[in-house]
Order: sequence, then C-alpha cells, then structure tokens
Amino acid sequence: MADVQKIATREAYGKALVELGKEHDDLLVFDADLAEATRSGKYGEEYPERFVDCGIAEANMIGMAAGVAATGHKVFATSFAMFTSGRAFEQIRNSVGYPHLNVKIGATHGGLSVGEDGATHQCNEDIAVMRTIPGMTVIIPSDAVEAEAAVKAAYDHDGPVYMRFGRLPVPVFNTNPDYHFELGKGIVLKEGTDVTLVACGLMVPVALEVAEQLAAEGVNAEVINIHTIKPLDTELITASAAKTGKVVTIEEHSVIGGLGSAVCQALSENTPVPVKVIGVQDTYGESGPALQVLAKYGLDTPSVLASVKDFLK
Amino acid sequence: MDVDLKQVAREVRKSILTQVFTAKSGHPGGSLSATEILTYLYFKEMHVDPTKPNCPCRDRFVLSKGHVTPALYGVLAERGFFPKEELKTFRALNSRLQGHPNMNDTPGVDMSTGSLGQGVSTAVGMALAGKKFNKDYRVYALLGDGEIEEGQVWEAAMFAGNHQLDNLTLIVDNNNLQLDGSLDQINTPQPIDEKFKAFKFHVIDVADGHDFDQLAAAFAEARTVKGQPTVIIAHTVKGKGVSFMENQVGWHGKAPNQEQYEQALKELEGEVA
Repeated sequence: MADVQKIATREAYGKALVELGKEHDDLLVFDADLAEATRSGKYGEEYPERFVDCGIAEANMIGMAAGVAATGHKVFATSFAMFTSGRAFEQIRNSVGYPHLNVKIGATHGGLSVGEDGATHQCNEDIAVMRTIPGMTVIIPSDAVEAEAAVKAAYDHDGPVYMRFGRLPVPVFNTNPDYHFELGKGIVLKEGTDVTLVACGLMVPVALEVAEQLAAEGVNAEVINIHTIKPLDTELITASAAKTGKVVTIEEHSVIGGLGSAVCQALSENTPVPVKVIGVQDTYGESGPALQVLAKYGLDTPSVLASVKDFLK
Repeated sequence: MDVDLKQVAREVRKSILTQVFTAKSGHPGGSLSATEILTYLYFKEMHVDPTKPNCPCRDRFVLSKGHVTPALYGVLAERGFFPKEELKTFRALNSRLQGHPNMNDTPGVDMSTGSLGQGVSTAVGMALAGKKFNKDYRVYALLGDGEIEEGQVWEAAMFAGNHQLDNLTLIVDNNNLQLDGSLDQINTPQPIDEKFKAFKFHVIDVADGHDFDQLAAAFAEARTVKGQPTVIIAHTVKGKGVSFMENQVGWHGKAPNQEQYEQALKELEGEVA
C-alpha cells in the first residue's frame, strides 16, 4: 500500500468533530491539555464556545462530561488512550458507564505506534479494560474514512462509547464507494476459504497485505475488519470460522484481554476452532520510530506473515 | 414550602435508623450528620417537583458522599419522590434503593455516586452545562470532610473556581471523622476554608450545621455571590441525635442491633434525654 494516501485517524477525529458541530449546536467537546495532539483543537478553533480545555486533570474531565451528559447534552471527552482508559478508568466505569450516560470518549495515541514517547504513553491495555464495562461500546477504526464514520455513529448511539485513534499516519483504504459503517458489524474485505484473519485498527491493512502474500503461496485467506470490538460481530466471525476452520486475530494491543480474547470467547462458545492471537506480548513497549517499534514487537507485515504461516503448518 | 423542618428532620433520622436496621447494613453516622443539610436543601432551597423528578429546569443535587443514602432516601421520601413504604427495601435485592445512589433507579436522584471524589466533578459538569446553555438552574453537591482527601475533588474545585461557576454550591459535611478514625489521625484536609479560598471559592462557615437558621442564612448568602462558586463548610456531629452514636467513629458504617435500634428511636421521639 505504498502508493496509498496516509492519514492518522486522530486527524479524522478532529475533522469529524468539526462536521458534527455544524449539525449540532449543543455538542460540547472536552480535552485535557492535549488538544493540539489529539486534534480536538480543530473543534475548539471552529466553535470556541462549545470547546472546553479542562487542563491536565483527566479524572475531573470524565466526571464533568458525565455531569454534562446528565443534563441531556452529548459530549466528547478527549485525551490519550493511556490517560482516559488508564488514569480515568474508574471515573469511566462509575460516573459514565454505571449511569449509562452519553459520554463519547475520544482516545488518541493508542498502542505502540505512539512511537518515540515510549512505554508510559503506549497504551496496549485500553481495549481490555474498556470492554469489561457493561454497556460500553468499543471502536477501533482502521483508517481515516472509518474513523470519521465511527465518530458520527458514536454521536448517534445512545450510551457511552470508547473510540481509539492513532498518532501514526496510516493508509486510507476504505475508499470503496459502497463502504458503510455500522456499529457492531464487521466488514469482510476479502473472502477466503483456508484461514480467517480478523484485525482491527492499523493492523487491518497489514492483514490485507498478509492475505495477498499468502495468496501467492496458494493460501486463500478471508480478511475481516472488526472495527467494533464491543459489541462483537459474533455472527460474522463464527460463520467465517465455520467455513475456514482456522482463525488468526491481529491487533495493536496486548494479547491479554483485547480483540483476540473477545474472539476466542465468542468462538469457544459457538464454533471452537484453533486460534492464533497476534498482538503485543505481555510486555511494555519502548521509544523509537513507530514503524520500527511495531516491527520489533512483531506487528509489521513480515512478522505477522511469519506467525500466520507458522500457525498454518 | 411551609413545613416544620425540625419535625421533618426528626422523621428523617428515624427513617435512617430504620433503613439501616432493616438492611442490617448502611452508614448511619454520616447520614445523621447530614440530615439538616439535606432536609433544608429539599424542603427550602432547591426548586424541585416530586411529580416531575426529571424536569430539565430543576435544580440539581449530587450526593458526592454517596454512602449516606439513608439520609437522602429519607428526605426524598418525606418530600414525596417515592413512597415511604419503599424505604424498608433499602439495600435489599431488587430494590430501587441501592446502597449508593443510582440516578436511573430512584426518582429524585440526579447522579449515580458512591466512589468518593467523583460526584463533585459531575456537579461541576452540570453547572458548566448550565452556563454554556444559558439555563438558570442551580447545582448543589454534598461532600464529606474525609472525602475531600481525594485528589479529584481539588481538580474539580480548581476548574469551578477558574470558570467562575457561581451556579454551584458545595457543602462540606465537616463532622471530623472518617472511617478509620478522626481526620487528624488519618490525613486531615484542614484548613478546609483556606484551601477552598485558594481555589477561588466564596467560603461560608456554618458553626452549627444542624441549625436551620444558620443553614438558611448560608444558602441565602450563596445565592448572592457572583463570579465564583460557593462552598459552605458545615460543622456537624457524626451520629447526631443518637447519644451513643454521636462522635463515635465506629458508627460510620454499622447497623444497630434490636436493642440499640429501639433505644435510638426512643431518644429521637424525645422519650429519653
């Protein structure tokens, strides 16, 4: 996908917020002193009266968002994945999740692809913790097109939503005119019969490249983009698993508790088949250029291809 | 509202004892210290209508010290938000009266709280929304003096002061005891008044948080304050009204036995000194 345009999903977050602001004059957007980095600042430039920089106080930001939502207004609360799902986990659980309030959490800088900032800022645990919250919807868009669609779907959805966006520019590949985003519905990007590759976020284009290279070796892989981790499209995944008999999950997240765990649970209850979970092992990341970090931790195309081939032996 | 506040408070106290005794669990000490504050809020201060508990224009209350539900439920029932009969289901399975408040279950509860330090942020959010959307409702939150050891309280206070949220009134139930002991023994937040002043609050000290005249004067003063939020520091007695519970740390979260329950009710009825 070298010739494809690349845009970070955080850029799409900012752009989509601005578009939502045109249609809804009561939408508040919060940030916690990262508005430049998260791109929520784009909304602040357009609608300064409806944007609030809450300062470096994420717990309070989430709580205030809950208070705003309790008065009947929708609100997007923004920070890095680490400081929303991590620092403010309990505020999200108790002040947002328990009362099922319309707080939409825009979590940027998810995963290893934060790059140079290193381990303290590379959140590989957010999907695991967010999906344990009852009633929480969890989305990881795979490109800018999907990210914009996800932000709009999150606005329309009644209830809390956690959205993970990335810092790294990634290929814009959801350019098919028929592209349609529906919460909780996975998208089959390539049909196949030999193995199912289920991926989310920036690992979706990697999965497509892996499928292409497998095809050259006579292996026909099915590729599913599972942008919504919760609620999981169990129907789509189990049907594919029943067809191919083997499943590989690929995510920029810990192998503990994320997409792989969700898929394993769904399959073990419905269609038990062998599963290979590819992600960040039980370890912290480190500083370095994003693509180099991803490669070192096994999340570039050659590493994933090797893992899949090993699994298929 | 034309009502005998002292009589209401007496009924609320009896209700607190009955709820906690029936449930065999709950938090009587802090409920008894907050009784007059909550009674005054719901019977005099706030614009609320029990027949329209979700009216968008209503004043909001957040019980940030969410464990004193017996006092809140007692007051809400006295005010007519739900039948008093329901109080006997407090903390029971399938009840609308959860151990800590649930806004989606209980008429009159404006926010789900219980995890200390979180309620105050939600109250600040409600006040901010009122300012952003030009609504004239007021927002109140009750905090424990132990609760304000939580850092989130000061994140919220910093924001409220900087954003001049004069539609927000916090009340600190300053009974000087927390679960493990006295504030001094644990990690005292004193001086509370100086801290809130530094966070740009208008500070009102109420010498006796069980005196309705003093509470009335404090809430009236808060309404006149422009350009900054108000905090009312109400000096109270934990366990107030029940002799063997007053200022006793052990009654933070413990239910009375049959004998203690009957003794407490007698005292509240004025049968013993």
